[in-house]
Amino acid sequence: MSNIKQNASEEAEFAKPLYTPIKRRSFFMYAGATAGATALLLSGCDDDNDNVKPADGTISLGSGDVGVLNYAYALEQLEAAFYAQVKATPALDFAAVEKDYFSQVAAHEAIHREFFKAAITRDAPGQIIPTLTAADLNFTSIDFTKRASVLAAAKAFEDLGVAAYNGAGKYIKKSDYLVIAGKIVSVEARHAAYVRDLISNGSFANEEVVDASGLDKAMEPVDVIAAASSYLKVKLDASKVGK
Amino acid sequence: MNILRIIEQLSEVDADVLGRFDSRRAVFKSLGGTAQKGMLAAAPVFVASLFSKAYGQTTGTGVIDVLNYALTLELLEQDFYKKMKDAGKVPAGAPAGAIDTIYKHETAHVKLLTDTITALKGTPVTNKKFKASVFPTNDYTTQLAYAQALEDTGVRAYKGQAGALMGQMAGATSLLQVALQIHSVEARHAAHIRTMRMQAPWIPASDSNLPAPLGPVYTGATREDNTMQAGVDITKLGSGFTATEAAASFDEILTMAEVLDASRAGGLVE
Repeated sequence: MSNIKQNASEEAEFAKPLYTPIKRRSFFMYAGATAGATALLLSGCDDDNDNVKPADGTISLGSGDVGVLNYAYALEQLEAAFYAQVKATPALDFAAVEKDYFSQVAAHEAIHREFFKAAITRDAPGQIIPTLTAADLNFTSIDFTKRASVLAAAKAFEDLGVAAYNGAGKYIKKSDYLVIAGKIVSVEARHAAYVRDLISNGSFANEEVVDASGLDKAMEPVDVIAAASSYLKVKLDASKVGK
Repeated sequence: MNILRIIEQLSEVDADVLGRFDSRRAVFKSLGGTAQKGMLAAAPVFVASLFSKAYGQTTGTGVIDVLNYALTLELLEQDFYKKMKDAGKVPAGAPAGAIDTIYKHETAHVKLLTDTITALKGTPVTNKKFKASVFPTNDYTTQLAYAQALEDTGVRAYKGQAGALMGQMAGATSLLQVALQIHSVEARHAAHIRTMRMQAPWIPASDSNLPAPLGPVYTGATREDNTMQAGVDITKLGSGFTATEAAASFDEILTMAEVLDASRAGGLVE
């Protein structure tokens, strides 16, 4: 019954702008998920709140929309940490333009990470997964001094990121968050294409990632986490994401 | 509360925002039982249903319409790349290989969308072509500029319809997921074409570096240099980011009306 109460207060909050004349700007804020409405919606969906306590060392990403957001946040943390290292210790055989572009990619991924952190903290207080620290990540298989090793890992991260967002979209219940996911996934696809072309020009969308119907990959959350697990020391449970 | 005034004001904002508004229906539906228990004031529910009806009457964008819109853009792209191949100005080697790859994907998208619309008992659009009078037959450089415009428009257009496809199925297949799987392929194309033009693979700003009349590809109600996402100022995150970084890290939507406007893809269809 606590859900109903929350929904009721959400409803009151949600409807509030309707009682006053709507200026274009405030309407945009209203339509674009203002903090109050979204927070209440998310907490209404996910107030079992059992998703953030690493009991046996496993971090549950949670369920519903907040699960999807935490899932994206986990992946963006992984990518951002990887590119932060690429930027800090660029491969010795990177061309100047590659160094420049990878520092831009590092910024994009750091932005995605920080955006999800801000959005989840604002909209689903107390439900965000912990920050993944260096101790939670495992980049030992990557030789950051070598361009080929960095590009191979970058390709794996970017293609996986694209497949992850493509597979998670259908689980998102709040259209504002679906649009955000859409805004991010195409940037990940641009990164993927760029990295692939650096490895082999023309492989930006080859048959390894695009099937005969012209479709990119889409992967379920548990499969994505399994694929990412070699880069993670911490265990992530995605079994309830979007459920 | 002056409902008429609210509606009048709503009619002045763009259709896409109204589209997002419609997705609230699910929320209100789930709240229906609560309302009956008298825990809610009746007015907001009434207002919501009113808006839902208004939305349905003014846009009429059913699923088939959305799919036919996507098919129109794919037919436009397919015909464009066919014209590009036929014109014979694409250098052999990597450039010709890339154009072949992209043409193959657009052809596959046309077939997939046509088959899907047919399966859903709709009537697929046909015979949408890239306007012959505009096509720069002898100018490979300008052909590439058009390709960039079409691909980046495609990315924005698919993104703009994601909300309309939420929860929509064709049998056991999520139409939203299929659209997303096409969307990211268009983004891969866009990135490659941009690098063929010596541009960054991502979109740093609304400055498109495209010749007239293609500039509006990056404008619209939400421009590509937008730095606000879901109420978050991206430049102020963490220890701060430049406006260019903030803009490039998110691609933006175009509404159906914006894409079909004569200043954008709509002006290239015949």
